[in-house]
Amino acid sequence: MRPLNSPLGKKPRGLFYFLSLFLISGILAGCSRKIDRADLIIINGKEVESLDPAIITGQPDTRIALTLFEGLTRFNEVHAQAEPGLAERWDISSDRRIYTFHLRTNGVWSTGEPIVAEDVLYSWLRVLNPMTAADYAGNLYYIKNAEEYNTGKLTNAADVAVHALDRYTVQVELVNPTPFFLELCAFQTHAVMPRWTIEKYGDRWIHARPLPSSGAYQLIDWRLEDRVSIRKNPNYWDAANVQMNRVDLMPANSPATALNLYLTKQVDIVWDKDVIPAELVDLLKKRRDFHVFDYLGSYFVRCNVTRKPFDDVRVRKAFALVIDKKRITERVTRGGERPVSFLVPPGIGNYKSPEGLGFSPEEARRLLSEAGYPGGKGFPRVSYHFNTSRSHEMIGIELQEMWRRELGVEVELRSMEWKTYLRAQSELDFDLSRSSWVGDYNDPNTFLDMFMSANPNNRTGWKNPQFDEWMRKANATDEPVQRAKYLSEAETLIVRTDLPILPLYIYVGFNLFDPDEITGLHNNIRDEHPIRTIKKRKREGVR
Amino acid sequence: MYFLKRLMALPPLLLLISLLAFLLVRIAPGGPFDKERKPASPEIERRLLERYHLNEPLWKQYMLYLKGLSRGDFGPSLKQRNHSVNDIIGQALPVSAALGISAFLFALGVGIPLGFYTAVWKGRWFELAGNSMALLFVCVPALVVGPLLVIVFAVQWKLFPVALWGDPLQFILPTVTLGIYFSGKVARLMSEGMVKTMHAPYLVTARAKGLSETRILWKHGFRIAVLPVVSYSGPLLADLLTGSFVVESLFQIPGMGVFVINSALNRDYLLIVGLVLIYAFLLLVLNLLVDVAYTWLDPRVRYKS
Amino acid sequence: MSTPTLSPSQRAWQQFYRNPISITSFWVLVVLIFVVVLHPWISHQSPTALTDAIAQPPSSSHWFGTDLMGRDLLSRLMYGARISMLVGIVGAGVSLLIGVGWGAVAGYAGGRWDEVMMRIVDILYSLPSVIFVIVLITTLEGLFKNWLQQTFSNETAGMARLLFLFAGLGAVSWLTMARIVRGEVLSLSTSNFVDASRAMGASHFHILRTHILPNVAGVVIVYLTLTIPSVILYESFLSYLGLGIQPPQASLGSLMAEGAAQINPIRIYWWMVVFPGMLLVVMLLALNFIGDGLRDALDPHGRHR
Repeated sequence: MRPLNSPLGKKPRGLFYFLSLFLISGILAGCSRKIDRADLIIINGKEVESLDPAIITGQPDTRIALTLFEGLTRFNEVHAQAEPGLAERWDISSDRRIYTFHLRTNGVWSTGEPIVAEDVLYSWLRVLNPMTAADYAGNLYYIKNAEEYNTGKLTNAADVAVHALDRYTVQVELVNPTPFFLELCAFQTHAVMPRWTIEKYGDRWIHARPLPSSGAYQLIDWRLEDRVSIRKNPNYWDAANVQMNRVDLMPANSPATALNLYLTKQVDIVWDKDVIPAELVDLLKKRRDFHVFDYLGSYFVRCNVTRKPFDDVRVRKAFALVIDKKRITERVTRGGERPVSFLVPPGIGNYKSPEGLGFSPEEARRLLSEAGYPGGKGFPRVSYHFNTSRSHEMIGIELQEMWRRELGVEVELRSMEWKTYLRAQSELDFDLSRSSWVGDYNDPNTFLDMFMSANPNNRTGWKNPQFDEWMRKANATDEPVQRAKYLSEAETLIVRTDLPILPLYIYVGFNLFDPDEITGLHNNIRDEHPIRTIKKRKREGVR
Repeated sequence: MYFLKRLMALPPLLLLISLLAFLLVRIAPGGPFDKERKPASPEIERRLLERYHLNEPLWKQYMLYLKGLSRGDFGPSLKQRNHSVNDIIGQALPVSAALGISAFLFALGVGIPLGFYTAVWKGRWFELAGNSMALLFVCVPALVVGPLLVIVFAVQWKLFPVALWGDPLQFILPTVTLGIYFSGKVARLMSEGMVKTMHAPYLVTARAKGLSETRILWKHGFRIAVLPVVSYSGPLLADLLTGSFVVESLFQIPGMGVFVINSALNRDYLLIVGLVLIYAFLLLVLNLLVDVAYTWLDPRVRYKS
Repeated sequence: MSTPTLSPSQRAWQQFYRNPISITSFWVLVVLIFVVVLHPWISHQSPTALTDAIAQPPSSSHWFGTDLMGRDLLSRLMYGARISMLVGIVGAGVSLLIGVGWGAVAGYAGGRWDEVMMRIVDILYSLPSVIFVIVLITTLEGLFKNWLQQTFSNETAGMARLLFLFAGLGAVSWLTMARIVRGEVLSLSTSNFVDASRAMGASHFHILRTHILPNVAGVVIVYLTLTIPSVILYESFLSYLGLGIQPPQASLGSLMAEGAAQINPIRIYWWMVVFPGMLLVVMLLALNFIGDGLRDALDPHGRHR
């Protein structure tokens, strides 16, 4: 800008200098925390909400929290199955309901104090304590009296069937033989947290420095929407096998930005579906550094069975029978997703889902006219809800077209802002609502139990005592084959007989990393990759 | 006297705004703890609400909020549950403010000369070109400008980093992306102001005195012509200081803009109110400054108190 | 008031006709509007038909190419332009009626009135617009739910929802206009000719209409042409958040956003962003030059350039 002449000139110029000074100081403030590049930089999905294992729900949060706080077991880096963590071994009673864990006697916090059985008890009971109001407390309900304590029916924490037999031994009594219990022990809800820090700092304990950690890494810094920096915990029991010293985990709000950062080598790994640009998946799939793998997530449509016309199972079946799922995975998602007619993702140990309804327009039209809407005539106004996103929208448009073409039914699409969409779904104020579910553990139960009559995640209005019965039977037995059979019967009710949901496809997971540079990172159905085993090979000339 | 009064009116106004924001966010459907995955028992949800006093009557909640506010405590964030609203504003505001000021200077630095010369250099074609350029800036959203700048200057030519924050070089692309739209607006307002003043009687007098045209325009015309730009600067600077959702997302900048939008979408009640208060404070103060600038740029303006 | 000589408004029109750029722009806009409105009858392509030609560049069968679902981009664009034109008209209308009126009264009345009215603007400006729109849209939908279901078929329900979006956009689009007009009027209301009129006993309404408003017409027109793209782009932002248009509807802004998402270092579907952008730019340039022509024609000082 040309300098102005007086008398006007002086003051604006003063203002200009003032602002420039302000600006420069801003830049300097921004630079003052300029630090060396971490040994490994990972884009970890959306910004984490919390690092407190009792609070967190999202997978990006879990991935970080589990490196800071370990449970009695931990996830194996290859298949994400449970392997010894803070407990070096355990005994299981013959009815598979009593677990006795033996802690490592050399386990210590990053700050040096020993990790003892009391710490485990404290952590689990903290999650169960009603005052903590932990979202995921349900993961501990498999323990006897845990649900009662968490919901206030029992007020004494000592009633919960988890006890310290001695300084290094923890005994747990379960309600049912729970085949996935060891896996749950590796989950964040069962992680071991530092009692004295939490008691000293209360809600702000995560901000304590140093923050005692029981896992492979310790927290150095967390700047919102910027990065979480962690450093190797030298006191970790398995420290010898922890590969990288300093690791930064960054959030990304835009998948395109995540990709740009990766392409310009500013970050080493991009993981989490949310930060892979969906519109480029077809191209990215051809790259050697793009990895596609099966994922424990299912995409489906919820029907509101309490409202006309979807209270009629024939209508629901008709809608399911005309969905060309392959078209959706080939035209919209394009990542190699698996079109399915069932709910539970394949690949869960010794379980095979029953086949649901296939593609049969004639049958669908017949059912629809039986229900009183021949050729779609007289079909009431219905809408299909989805939370706003380009791919949900594209799937909605495809479905709308299929239902229009094959059934002569006009479905209105409603793109909704997230919370409005959720509220409508949980209040059963919808006809059809796009849904998905990601499993918490490697067992069909994590997908099926939500459709039990009283489950808050049911959200279809569908209640079937027969289904509840199969689920109860399945969870009461300790015989794996029998259990799988019961679960399969239960799933049949959902995907063949009653159809409270219309299954569409099983997700795949994506991540981006150069296999020549990064080792120790294995893809698995849980999209869970312990940071401790990841190693970046040093290469010359790369910043 | 007038300005003193305005300053005194600031606290009650902010109080009123906080109350309105506090009530408005409660009307929106859904709550902070509505999630895709509901907890295993409704009891957990109830406890959660209780923990943050969301089960209390609204007036009581507001009183609690004011009590915290009087101690300078904006309360907890309901989404980022390890952080208080103070933490978030403390981390994000300096970043947004730095970027905002930089974009503001860019907008004025490009917009004022562009508008000025569009008006002053006579000739239809020049005017056409100048106006078209300004309008082009206004029509092409940051959503398009940002990625294009990144591809050309960061990915292809590797002149600047593609994203992130902290390095002076990382200022440039976000500043341009954010500022260019506003520079178009400023240019249009400036040129309009200039066209109008060029025909004002007092400039005719000045011309009669034989002063050079450019001198006349800068010296006598500019201060009046810039008034619309000044009017616009108050809200503009307040907007820019509190960040931009699009630009911060595109460049992964840890500023306030992302929180402004996300807090609303997440129904993070207290964070919304906190951010509104910060924004309202900036806006009111800047508008006051604008009005001060008015009396000083245009002696005709007198405020009656 | 019929006189044999030309009335001021006739003179203004004559003036407007003599301006080649304005008149060209005027015809460009007329043709555009015709094409956009009549497109469904001219073209055999449907904006919603899905084809297997996904993301094809422009060709003889699809002049502007196709989008990610194989829909003809030209038809989508025409469809989107209609909605965006409506959005622009609503935004501009509200700005003009409420914004100008509010600002003019505040600036002219001054003192306490000015104080109260401008603080109301500040308060509304401070409240988060996203929450404001969420609340407005959901409240309106709640109120009119039955009416919507009875009056509209499936196809037109989306259109009815659009009305709510318009209400939301209108509510936030007039605030800056009010500030700018108020600033201008403030400096005009102390000028000699206003004082003179007042001394002659002219009514306030008369003074506002004959002396003040014509003098702010220029800045109003300029800001109006700036408001239109802002509103159109703001609509696309709301749609991006799930508060705007419902699929398969489209708007210029949302098409542009869709195209912008395709700008990245490995592949660019240029036609998806270039055509919507161009249409928006052409529309706004035309509007702007019409605005300039009108301003020159209406100018009370009769400056000719």
